[in-house]
Amino acid sequence: MAATSTPLDKSLPCLSAKGIGVVLLLTIAYGIVPLVGSSYLYEAILTPFLALSLAALGLNLLTGYAGQLSLGSSAFMAVGAYAAFNLSLRLPFLPLPATIVLAGLVAALAGLVAGLPALRLRGFYLAVSTLAVQFFVAWVLNRFSWLSNDSPSGIISAPPLVVAGLSFEDARGRYLFSLTVVTLLTVLAWRLVTSPTGRNFVAVRDNETAARVIGVKVARTKLLAFGLSSFIIGVAGVLWAFAYLRTVEPAGFNLDRSFQILFIVIIGGLGTLRGAFLGAGLIVVLPLLLSRFGAALLGDGFDSGTLEMCQRIVLGILIVAFLIREPAGLSALLDRAVRRLRPSA
Amino acid sequence: MNPDLAFFVEVLVGGLLSGVMYALVAIGFVLIYKTSGVLNFAQGAMLLFAALTFVSLTERGVPFIGAFAATLAVMALLGLAIERAVLRPLVNQPPITLFMATLGVAYVIEGAAQLAWGTQVHGLDLGIDDTPIDLAGILVSRFDLFAAAVAGLMVAVLSLFFRYTRTGLAFRAVADDPLAALNTGLRLPRIWAAVWIASGIVALVAGLLWGARLGVQFSLSLVVLKALPVLVLGGFDSILGAIVAGLIVGAVEKLSEVYLGPVIGSGIEGWIAYVAALGFLLLKPSGLFGMRSVERV
Amino acid sequence: MPAFRTALRSVLVAGTALVALTGSAGADEQHFPLQSYRVGPYAAGGTGFFGGFIDYLNLINTRDGGVNGVKLTWSEGETQYEVERGVEVYERLKSRPGIAAWNPLSVGIAYAMVDRITKDKVPLITINHGRTDSTDGRVFPYVFPLLLNPYSETSGIVEYLGSREGELDRLKGKTIAVLYHGSPYGKETIPIYELLAKKHGFKVEQIEVPHPGNEQQSQWLTIRRLKPDYVVLRGWGVMNPVALKTAQKTGFPANRIVGNVWSNSEEDVIPAGEAAKGYVAITTQASGAEYPVLKDIIKTVYDGNTGNLADKKRIGSVYHNLGIVNGILNVEAVRAAQAKFGKRTLTGDEVRWGFEHLRLDEARVAALGAKGLFHSINVTCANHEGDGRVTFQQWDGAKWKVVSDWIAPDWATLRPIIEASSATYAKEHGITPRNCAAEENATHAAAATP
Repeated sequence: MAATSTPLDKSLPCLSAKGIGVVLLLTIAYGIVPLVGSSYLYEAILTPFLALSLAALGLNLLTGYAGQLSLGSSAFMAVGAYAAFNLSLRLPFLPLPATIVLAGLVAALAGLVAGLPALRLRGFYLAVSTLAVQFFVAWVLNRFSWLSNDSPSGIISAPPLVVAGLSFEDARGRYLFSLTVVTLLTVLAWRLVTSPTGRNFVAVRDNETAARVIGVKVARTKLLAFGLSSFIIGVAGVLWAFAYLRTVEPAGFNLDRSFQILFIVIIGGLGTLRGAFLGAGLIVVLPLLLSRFGAALLGDGFDSGTLEMCQRIVLGILIVAFLIREPAGLSALLDRAVRRLRPSA
Repeated sequence: MNPDLAFFVEVLVGGLLSGVMYALVAIGFVLIYKTSGVLNFAQGAMLLFAALTFVSLTERGVPFIGAFAATLAVMALLGLAIERAVLRPLVNQPPITLFMATLGVAYVIEGAAQLAWGTQVHGLDLGIDDTPIDLAGILVSRFDLFAAAVAGLMVAVLSLFFRYTRTGLAFRAVADDPLAALNTGLRLPRIWAAVWIASGIVALVAGLLWGARLGVQFSLSLVVLKALPVLVLGGFDSILGAIVAGLIVGAVEKLSEVYLGPVIGSGIEGWIAYVAALGFLLLKPSGLFGMRSVERV
Repeated sequence: MPAFRTALRSVLVAGTALVALTGSAGADEQHFPLQSYRVGPYAAGGTGFFGGFIDYLNLINTRDGGVNGVKLTWSEGETQYEVERGVEVYERLKSRPGIAAWNPLSVGIAYAMVDRITKDKVPLITINHGRTDSTDGRVFPYVFPLLLNPYSETSGIVEYLGSREGELDRLKGKTIAVLYHGSPYGKETIPIYELLAKKHGFKVEQIEVPHPGNEQQSQWLTIRRLKPDYVVLRGWGVMNPVALKTAQKTGFPANRIVGNVWSNSEEDVIPAGEAAKGYVAITTQASGAEYPVLKDIIKTVYDGNTGNLADKKRIGSVYHNLGIVNGILNVEAVRAAQAKFGKRTLTGDEVRWGFEHLRLDEARVAALGAKGLFHSINVTCANHEGDGRVTFQQWDGAKWKVVSDWIAPDWATLRPIIEASSATYAKEHGITPRNCAAEENATHAAAATP
């Protein structure tokens, strides 16, 4: 795995600069965006951006920090989403936050089971075996219609987003709801990666044998990484289903989505928390920009199919070029940019 | 023959023949992985591109041989281009970065294929009449037999190539120990180029056979999902492993769908192969042929 | 990250620019935002359907100068059949002025839009697909699964198989195997086949093909052992040609296989080559270019080089004709609404009223130049499907040929199941079903008062 910036190398002045950055971002996200944003911004950009960032954050814990490659992320999103749906349907007295936490725990449980092969397999062998989870979850959701409340079409619709009498039903509300969940979980993830457990993750990633020598319980650490990562990805699935799309079908959580999340992690930067957000920003916004740019360049009358195929090619080229130019991800790019801005530091 | 037994044999034979088709795709992966340690996810896109190019040429009146030769040339160039433009600049990057890069390549190829040849679906007729042959009450598909023969021929050619040519020997040296091979003065880039060309050709053969089975269309690239459990079971780096694992996966898949499906619910074919491969590896972590350590990244 | 910031800013600006556009409503135009898919796995269907739809809108503009002088406009956003792209396009285009209706032709995108369009009060047309229970307009006021919902399709196929045997009673004791796609879409009709089997005394065996369906050896061997009289193909994408090929491989005759609406296009049979010869499939609209409306489209649109299909050979194909029929239904709904609300740009809610009063009998269909293309439609407040008739077509190796009359599904049997399902939805979502009779009376009363 890429030995990018580990959580260990945070020097103090840098940390405070980062702290200021985070506070600034949160001020903008909570204070300014809700005042100026349009419904398009919330519904089509920010809410999916937040849900995907969270999923990427979860995967990054597993892949970036603990070094375990997984191609089944969207299956855990599906588990989270369907668990939350069933909990809110069958235990209607549960408050929404409790539902979300429980759904995350169900996803974590699924993650633990899926993580078992990691005790014996590594690398692509492990990656391909996580595909078993991907297809198995899809089959289960399809097979047992009870899970979608026997809806003849297998589609689930989200319950109203109401917490303690406060409704988050409109576009802005759903954005703020997602933002809060993502912020909370990011803080937790940050606490985790700076804790001894987080250091164990990195030790297992960098050298399993050495980790064992210094007394890290490798099997336990791997399973923990799978569980925690799946918890976060599961909650991301709840946001995807409840705050973003509102009605989902199992097919929405397919292999392409898993790859998308992996893309976000790699492009954002393995083993960094902010990489998940940077990568998600790029993956969500880039295709939209390309299509706007293409339409503006070629005019409205241009065949939209041809345009879209060109975009696909451009997107592929950009990904490859990016991996060649900046294999450590956007996060490293950001670091360099910041350093250049402050030559004194 | 007892009808139940005959049915069992029929399912088994069908499964084995399907397994050959999976192995055909898996071999393309193995070639690349063995030499450069890349799980080349663009293999599916290459397959699609090859079949689409071939079928579009024949639809424009190019005769079979001409279209085949032209596509072969295109695929060789494509393999070469990928190696030169993508893999070489990324040398020494972690495997996951390389894997992601091949996903990017898959996007480019899919886009280019559809841009060049359109999004229409095509039928592909290789001229093999696909009426079943009746062998003592058991139906065997003529086309699948043909495909198995082609696959066998291809494997034979590949092994002759690796056994008796200089490039082939170099390939094996690299696969065994890249550093040692480098020390003896072997030029790695040339071998990589040769391997990518070879995988382009494998993609063409697999693309034509699968294209004739499914029709030539976008979802042709999804056949890689059938090859992945084969790779887990047989090892990413063994051609023989790919073939044997392909046969096992094909048989397990069909038998469990037919006999297990009614018990736990049908449609299990999508994941049962993965679970079977996984279960096998958990029991025997050294893999099918016990030659490699699965723990290796 | 300056590049990223600039990028974000330009998106913000673009978003604001769109909002600004909303203010300037054009003079009497009716807009159709299209979530089309011209790339990706389902591109062939997308180009045909949206091509046909656009061709018809073009025809109305060029030949008639619009609907009573109101020009029809449209804009496209590519979705690749992906749900979140569909949502993005919805959010991007929903602020365009004068939107008449949305026509995604994608089950997933349609589902993700149900809440949104209900809130925004614009009709959502899911011709031949979508949720069956949205037929109940009392619970789904803005959703219209026009012509055919999945339950009616099932019943239509059974009625047709009955007619193949001579009459419905002769199905007694026969075996029908249903090969369905392993997805919610594929499974949706399982209980209906069970119900109809019980009612008509035939045996039904339902066999799942896991997505994407590029391997079907085991399923067809199972079918070979079952020796059914007919196989119903409830397929999707690549599953269809593979089914036909594998049927040939296992010796099952193609003319005893009957496909559903998503297994009925040229794209489903051409890849199967010879194996598809004789295969029969249900359809709500005949294929072919011999109908007056298609002749008009060729003359007015394609000869003027404004046709939407890149390949003129596809004029009159199944998806193209579906797009044209979809165009007719949309335009006639606008016309019906104009008759009530005035010949001007209508709101989405007004067009919804038009859809709920979309009544095209055979004479009207003929007047529209579509006699034989589709049968008729009769949408009401409670019935958003509109009693579409179906017909069956057989593939002769080069084109589809109609081989049956227009068949009416057994709506009376299906309605209670639909109402039970919509009642569950209403309860889950706290919806009070509309009182259709009262609404009609209110409209009449309003019309009567001077």
